[in-house]
Amino acid sequence: MQAEEIVGSRLTNQSLSRWLHSLPGVDKVGLEARAASLATRSIKTTSKVWGLDMAIKMMDLTTLEGMDTPQRVRSLCQKAMTPDMDDPECPTPAAICVYGDMVPHAKAALGKSKIYVAAVATAFPSGRASMKVKLQDTKDAVAFGADEIDMVIDRGAFLSGNYLEVFKQIQAIKQACQRPKGKPAHLKVILETGELQTYDNIRRASYLAMLAGADFIKTSTGKVTVNATLPITLLMLEAVRDWFDQTGELIGVKPAGGIRTAKDALKYLVVVKETAGERWLTPELFRFGASSLLNDVLMQRKKLLTKTYLGPDYVSVD
Amino acid sequence: MRLDVKKTYKLFIAGKFPRSESGRSYQVKDSKANHVANVALASRKDVRDAVQAARAAQPGWAGASAYNRGQVLYRIAEMLEGRREQFITEISSLTGKTQKQADAEVSAAIDSWVWHAGWTDKIDSVAGSMNPVAGPYFNISTNQPTGVVGAFAPQGSALVGFVNTIAPAIVSGNTVVVVTSENLSLPALTLGEVLATSDLPGGVVNILSGKESELASWLVGHMDVNAVDLEGTSNPTELEISAANTVKRVIRPGTYLREGSKGNLQHILDLMEVKTVWHPKGH
Repeated sequence: MQAEEIVGSRLTNQSLSRWLHSLPGVDKVGLEARAASLATRSIKTTSKVWGLDMAIKMMDLTTLEGMDTPQRVRSLCQKAMTPDMDDPECPTPAAICVYGDMVPHAKAALGKSKIYVAAVATAFPSGRASMKVKLQDTKDAVAFGADEIDMVIDRGAFLSGNYLEVFKQIQAIKQACQRPKGKPAHLKVILETGELQTYDNIRRASYLAMLAGADFIKTSTGKVTVNATLPITLLMLEAVRDWFDQTGELIGVKPAGGIRTAKDALKYLVVVKETAGERWLTPELFRFGASSLLNDVLMQRKKLLTKTYLGPDYVSVD
Repeated sequence: MRLDVKKTYKLFIAGKFPRSESGRSYQVKDSKANHVANVALASRKDVRDAVQAARAAQPGWAGASAYNRGQVLYRIAEMLEGRREQFITEISSLTGKTQKQADAEVSAAIDSWVWHAGWTDKIDSVAGSMNPVAGPYFNISTNQPTGVVGAFAPQGSALVGFVNTIAPAIVSGNTVVVVTSENLSLPALTLGEVLATSDLPGGVVNILSGKESELASWLVGHMDVNAVDLEGTSNPTELEISAANTVKRVIRPGTYLREGSKGNLQHILDLMEVKTVWHPKGH
């Protein structure tokens, strides 16, 4: 569907504003209570094994540090290809998520494996750079062969009500994800929910990103105090569910930052199932952005298979 | 007319007194088979939590100076002295010992703390060595704590056997997860209250009461445990095999006497690792 068709008029800042502000307000208390009640659900035995395997398959194994080196990226790729040395049946993460300049190293290390390479772009994490720089940042990563681009929105423009500007930027980056030959890079749009102040704003930003052509909406960069939370993810899952009902487009959701334990990951899976439905329980439509989650999931997985508790000495040091 | 306020005996994990994660409890009977107290019945998840707490506390405890660890252990003896009456009551009720015999057992437990307190800064003086080597080097062997110790206190001892199980482990900087005697668990759990008020950092000693048959395979198999003391177990061979999977140190039942007011230096050393360093000599 065309954006104009959905908004119902020609795209101007006023019409976008009117459309976004006509979305129903978020019931904060209800949302948080719903997330808290879903988080109490107990997942055991075979369901737990399934859930842990799915959590690994949905993982974007991430390293986004100023001190990243090609060696570190290579070792992360090795870990992604063989998460558990003792168990060749162990599933692999969906993607490796790195800064744009590390894409060639990740690509080379991953070789023919099916693991994607995601690159953060557009002056990640702040997004404070000229459009020219953001576009070049994206094009570089795409040219290096990134399969997925994680862009950040301009929170300053969004919070000052300049929705059209945000919309145009996302569209332009989406354009930059195209390749002359071959598949375009998937576009994940980071809303940085920790800086959006209110649940209402998060709902609006989700719709704005989907309207502009995001393939995924992602909660956070992992670089601010408040990162992914269960209520925020629930809210974004509601948005993609309603968007699908309205337009027939399937959009993914990626919570990122602060998800460190297998227990947390299982809570998210429950929320996915109960909010968007089983259709979203696939790496194509739901991802975890995480760096330390994998080790904990591996320890839990092994505990279920061997009936022995593991220690941190038996998984890799990141 | 008023009703007595009965104490609920709870676990001691990470410096706190939680009920069992499983919510279960069991009845402890006195020597005449009368019900005296309800006690938390630990589950494998309590083992998991306790090991986690012990692991978290270990570097800090091992990093404390030997002098400081000695002071803390001596403080335990002081606190135990102040609650002598309570322990006498519990011991005589559970075991049928006379007041005098129970009093002697508490004295032995206190003396054992003092004996162990003295050892913290002397282990290397006695068991460490300066080794002669062919070359211009100092070659020094010192003893380091092994890490997290999983222990099963003797089933037949109410207090002194329990003290002589945990003290040799923590003297050197290990942390310990200890399963009490199932039927004589009350003094051990009360000792948790003594430890909590003795400047011992939370997590250094974690006390679980429950069935050895239910907890042993989880504690001994736990890959983050470095040594196991199987004194109170009934099936040590199987557990030893399990411990061998992760090359844990093992103390077999009956290796050390645990009734007296003194421990055994070898018991302390059994829960330590020898580290040898080479250092170039000057000219």
